[in-house]
Amino acid sequence: MMLFLFYITSAVAVFATVMMITRLNAVHGLLYLILSLLAAGVLFFLLGAHFAAVLEVIIYAGAIMVLFVFVIMMLNQGQKTTDQERIWLQPTIWIGPSVLAVILFAEMLIVIVSGGNAETGQIVDSKQVAIALYGPYLLAVELASMLLLAGLVGAYHLGKPMLKKTLGKRA
Amino acid sequence: MIELLGWVPFLPFLGFLILAIAGERLSRRLIPWIGAGSVGISALLTALIGAQFLKGAMPPYRLALGSWMAVDNLSVPFGFYLDPLSMTMLFVVTGVGFLIHVYSAEFMESDPGYARFFAYMNLFVSAMLVLVLADNLVLLYLGWEGVGLGSYLLIGFWYEDPNNGYAARKAFVMTRAGDTSMAIGLFLLFTQLHTFDIQSVMTQATNLWTPGTVLPVAAAALLLGGAVGKSAQLPLQSWLPDAMAGPTPVSALIHAATMVTAGVYLIARTHALFMLAPSVQFAVAVIGAVTLLMAGCSALAQTDIKRILAYSTISQIGYMFLALGVGAWSAAIFHLLTHAFFKALLFLAAGAVILCFHHEHNIFRMGGLRKSMPLAFLSFMIGSAALSGLPFTSGYYSKHEILLAAFEVSPVLWTAGCLGALITGIYSFRLVFVAFFGPQHAQVEKSPGWRMSAPLLLLCILALAGAMLEIPLASVFSALAADENLHELNTVSAITVAAPFIGVLIAGLFYLTGAFSTQRLESLVWIRQIQRFFFSGWGMDAFYNILLVRPFKTIARLNKNDAVDSIYSATAFLSLMFHRLFSSLQTGQVRWYASSMVLGTIVIIAIGWLS
Amino acid sequence: MNGIPLELGLVLSAVLFVLGLIGVMVRRNLIMILMSLEVMLNATGLAFIVAGSRWGQADGQIMFLLILTLAAAEVGVGLGLALQIFHRFQTLDADSVNEMQG
Repeated sequence: MMLFLFYITSAVAVFATVMMITRLNAVHGLLYLILSLLAAGVLFFLLGAHFAAVLEVIIYAGAIMVLFVFVIMMLNQGQKTTDQERIWLQPTIWIGPSVLAVILFAEMLIVIVSGGNAETGQIVDSKQVAIALYGPYLLAVELASMLLLAGLVGAYHLGKPMLKKTLGKRA
Repeated sequence: MIELLGWVPFLPFLGFLILAIAGERLSRRLIPWIGAGSVGISALLTALIGAQFLKGAMPPYRLALGSWMAVDNLSVPFGFYLDPLSMTMLFVVTGVGFLIHVYSAEFMESDPGYARFFAYMNLFVSAMLVLVLADNLVLLYLGWEGVGLGSYLLIGFWYEDPNNGYAARKAFVMTRAGDTSMAIGLFLLFTQLHTFDIQSVMTQATNLWTPGTVLPVAAAALLLGGAVGKSAQLPLQSWLPDAMAGPTPVSALIHAATMVTAGVYLIARTHALFMLAPSVQFAVAVIGAVTLLMAGCSALAQTDIKRILAYSTISQIGYMFLALGVGAWSAAIFHLLTHAFFKALLFLAAGAVILCFHHEHNIFRMGGLRKSMPLAFLSFMIGSAALSGLPFTSGYYSKHEILLAAFEVSPVLWTAGCLGALITGIYSFRLVFVAFFGPQHAQVEKSPGWRMSAPLLLLCILALAGAMLEIPLASVFSALAADENLHELNTVSAITVAAPFIGVLIAGLFYLTGAFSTQRLESLVWIRQIQRFFFSGWGMDAFYNILLVRPFKTIARLNKNDAVDSIYSATAFLSLMFHRLFSSLQTGQVRWYASSMVLGTIVIIAIGWLS
Repeated sequence: MNGIPLELGLVLSAVLFVLGLIGVMVRRNLIMILMSLEVMLNATGLAFIVAGSRWGQADGQIMFLLILTLAAAEVGVGLGLALQIFHRFQTLDADSVNEMQG
């Protein structure tokens, strides 16, 4: 039963991701991305990582994707960009990188398969995660908070419209 | 008085400094007073020192002026050495030099480079005096190079004409070839004998080395190389005729009276070394004999008055080398002395003719100058007589002595010398007869003033009576008491005396009376070819052109891009190529970077997986 | 035990990772590149979760948490940059923003 669910969710995730990277319109791509993330959340749940599954849905699919929505709104993507994307997505352009990525995938596959068989599904509940997080990983939490602070400052700085002025001066 | 010896070379140097620094800012009336005056005071000092020195039959005098350089066991003092040999040279350099300076004061009067000319002349005289007075070989070498520099500067004095520059460079480079050999000789002497002092080198060489072994032969041969270059002997003689590009007083002073005889002086100064190397000494004699014949033949074919005199100078120095080679040291120096007088006279007279005759050098365009320029005519008659060695002139005594000494060693050398005397008679009187007799082809512009006439007259007297100067050289060349009493060889002596007369007679028959016509001779093809061959100085220039200049040019052309440098330029080129390569990788396109990273990851995983 | 094999989880994460990678390399739209990056990060997170589930340890989820914070910060800065680039160049084409070319 679990395995069956896993296969279905995996298929959804892969399908959503393929659709996402091939969409011409960024908003459609974003919707497929959210779908892919939700599928990942289900997978986490199936794997017994309930806390991670919740965070995946709330933060990833919820908060971060909202950022994308805002930005796409602000950048006013219209029919013009869709046509542009169509021109950009010629087979001559995507075939080379795709071959590279497939080779990489083949290599990873070989590495994974040669690792041997093992079962997953041991449930790790939030308590365990919280104890580890505020025990041995306290320093990592501090580092993560610093990273978020830096991201906050960077986003604030980059988002300021006054940077246009320096552009005018340079041009 | 003799303590003032140091001033003799220093005064002309002072004159050089003043003229070189102040230059053309001095008034033109002052310039000759400084230029000729400094040499004049030197000449006066020399006369006073000489009177004191020769009267008392003094031992050689040494004047130490301090140390020039002292490193470890090498010490080169700044010292002068006066003995009868250097005294003789001192007389020649300052005396003849002074007369030529006075002459130049008028000769160069209208030249824009008046001060420059006298500055160079003073520098030259100063260097020449250092050369003859030096008590060690390094100081001698300083003077040796100094006169080379002076010669270079003065040959190229009229540098606006590129040909003069070429002539100057030719003289400089060719003498440098000899100088290099001489420098190597000096190094050899120092490494073997550990001293540069000339007198100690000579005594030590005599004591330490057995005659005819490798070391003295090598040292003497190397020094001979230097002497050959400086004195324009075979095979380095072809620069001297071209050196006539300089002003005529320069030719008189440097390329006749003083500098070119430096080689003779060097060999005489180091004669002890040459006596240890009999083969080299014989080579000196052979070089002298061959050179005097070759140069004499070349003089026969020239038409330029100065080139005739230049070839005759080479020929006369050949006589001096012949004398050195047969061990007649004092005869060589004696001929050097008389030659300085009569050759300076001839050059100055030629300068007067050239100056007063529209700067004409070709003797066939002169003619009939006997009446219009009596003083030049007189000078030329006396000078040519002395040059040919006609009796009762100074040249007769010196040349006669040389030839008799040569007969003692080898009749072949004597024959060459007599033949040379015959040729000398022909070419010198050919010059006189063509230029001063016959119809006059052009008008004389002006006549020389007193500053040109007085030196001419004085030199006339010296050329006639120069042989009276008694120089006690025997004390220097102790080894040759033998050559003094040779005069019982009557037949030989008679032929020696007669040879120049025959030459004069032949010249007279061709050019004075017209009994034989040169045109008839020139109608023969082979005569014309020989004439052309002689005119080119036996093709020495062409020979060097093929032997050295062309291969050098070819090599230079082949190596135009500098093979050694290509290593470095290749490094630069490779760096540039790599720079281009890497900067073209830097496309600024993020996706390209990402793909490169993927490629790298693939390779790394593959490596990890395969290993 | 629910019997999801470890290899299958890892293969799935590899598939998602490679798909994200293709997106990064192929798309020229900056927004799409950022979204593909999210897919790649998520795929890595999945790999950690699978491993954590295999050993029954909390470390896998903690790594996922750290990746989550990293993704949040990255998206914040990346979108800021995208905005700024759009303002300057009036385009989101990653290829035409190549002023750093050598």
